[in-house]
Amino acid sequence: MTEAWLDPAAWLIVLPLLWAGLAFLAGPGRGARLAIVALALQLALALKLAADLTATGARVHAVGGWGAPLGIDLMIDGLSTVLLLLTQVVAVALAVYAQGYFADAHHRREATWFWPLAGFLLAAMNALFLSADLFNLYVTLELLGLAAVGLVAVGGGTAQLAAAMRYLLVSLTASGAYLLGVALVYGAYGTVSIATLGPLVAAQLPLAVWLAAGLMLVGLMAKTALFPFHFWLPPAHGSAPAPVSALLSALVVKASFYLVLRLWLGPFASLGSTAAGLAGALGAAAILWGSWQALRAQRLKQLVAWSTVAQLGYLFLIFPLLTADGLALQAGVLQTVAHGLAKAALFAAAGVLMLATGRDTVEGLAGVAGRVPLTLFAFGLAGITIMGLPPSAGFLAKWLLIDAALESGQWGWILVIIAGGLLAAGYIFRVLRQAFLLAPEESRFHPVPRRLEWMAFVLAAASVLLGLRGAELVALLGITP
Amino acid sequence: MSTGLLYALAGVVLFALGAAGVIVLAHLLRKILAFNVMGSGAFLVLVGLAQRTGVPDPVPQAMVLTGIVVAVAATALALGLARAWHARTGRGTLTEGEDRD
Repeated sequence: MTEAWLDPAAWLIVLPLLWAGLAFLAGPGRGARLAIVALALQLALALKLAADLTATGARVHAVGGWGAPLGIDLMIDGLSTVLLLLTQVVAVALAVYAQGYFADAHHRREATWFWPLAGFLLAAMNALFLSADLFNLYVTLELLGLAAVGLVAVGGGTAQLAAAMRYLLVSLTASGAYLLGVALVYGAYGTVSIATLGPLVAAQLPLAVWLAAGLMLVGLMAKTALFPFHFWLPPAHGSAPAPVSALLSALVVKASFYLVLRLWLGPFASLGSTAAGLAGALGAAAILWGSWQALRAQRLKQLVAWSTVAQLGYLFLIFPLLTADGLALQAGVLQTVAHGLAKAALFAAAGVLMLATGRDTVEGLAGVAGRVPLTLFAFGLAGITIMGLPPSAGFLAKWLLIDAALESGQWGWILVIIAGGLLAAGYIFRVLRQAFLLAPEESRFHPVPRRLEWMAFVLAAASVLLGLRGAELVALLGITP
Repeated sequence: MSTGLLYALAGVVLFALGAAGVIVLAHLLRKILAFNVMGSGAFLVLVGLAQRTGVPDPVPQAMVLTGIVVAVAATALALGLARAWHARTGRGTLTEGEDRD
């Protein structure tokens, strides 16, 4: 074990705060280089955390030696480590991508605010995955929301400002509901520590806690953009610059889902069964409605954003299927990781296609197959994960989900999963088909830096290859206190 | 009914009023003010419920102080966005035709 002040868990929060501040002072050029180096270091820290976890098991780190209730505890277990790893991997690839993307003359102005805000976003997200008490989670959730809204507005266009404002209002109302829930829980039990709350809630369940659980879960579902709270997501993710869309769609919505999962498995385990059917039904509605809208979308990034709405639906299908054997939980976390990698790749690829064609419509893609073949290949690979074809991690997640549904005899969900896969194939092939058409005479293509294409490819390949290493991920996930 | 519980109930009423305001009101400035009413309601519940026994509890007070800092930051960002929106479009609302309220 390393010394307390060198604990990787604490540095995963401090480091992004440091480089965010420095990137603001240094300006976009040097800020970008600093961010990439720091993110590589963060990835190493997350790997060290995972290695320690496998060696010594789950643990609690008291920040600065001050334990709860007055100090802050960081909780390191399998679930938080898997999400920390996903976050750092996606972030480092997107940082290299963003450096190239913002070098483009049209996007240079956006870079000034991108790097500091991205740093604050990652600090908030890492802190959220490590927090062990409900109030600290509220603070990280709010910081994450504010940084994400700032990133949506980074371009300063009218559509972006409107999307950012809508996102902010939803985000603030949702975290307000969460905070009221925390207040009621504290009033009932006199503690906000997740570990202490578990047995307390199981022993005694006043009416106020039912209300608190409802408020907190609905607030978090709104932040995760679960149907019918999804209305803010397509404009926010569809209008932001490509690296921002990728960060938001791949990671930020997963943070609030992680929190739903934590509460559902932890303190609110005894309430969960009541709402599980409803959560599953909303997830199914999200899959069908999101995929349908993606099939009809005219603009490429809107299509990818609607696909996020649909794929988030799968995450909520696990709740009616949660059993002691943990199949559904594994499916949910695999889907989180698979979608995180694949969606980052899809938005990165969409960014390249838009830079190359200078247009943002699906129709305008005609002829890109010959110009940016690597990017199109990346789009197709990520599409394999989104559709859930073998050997991708998306396939593994959906397979486990079907397995869990079979075991509990709930056939209805299987139909939804299969229908969702077919619809996903529909909207992915819609893009690919258009890309292979002949380019119209008058169309012009702009050269795109190679690193943008490669980063999209690396993320997409990771999402497919992860399917072969699913066992390691599941083993890591199994480490609980 | 103890004073603490009375505060908590007033907090719930304020929260509900604020939440309704954020959803129903059209003007951005009103929405932002409503959000602050909502947050204050939640703070009142937090402090009020914890004081039912008559002994002040420092933990929720520390939480409310942190919460106020977060709410100030959120309000500043919301106002900044609303100003940028007004400067660009000349409108105080997100949807057209609702400027009169």
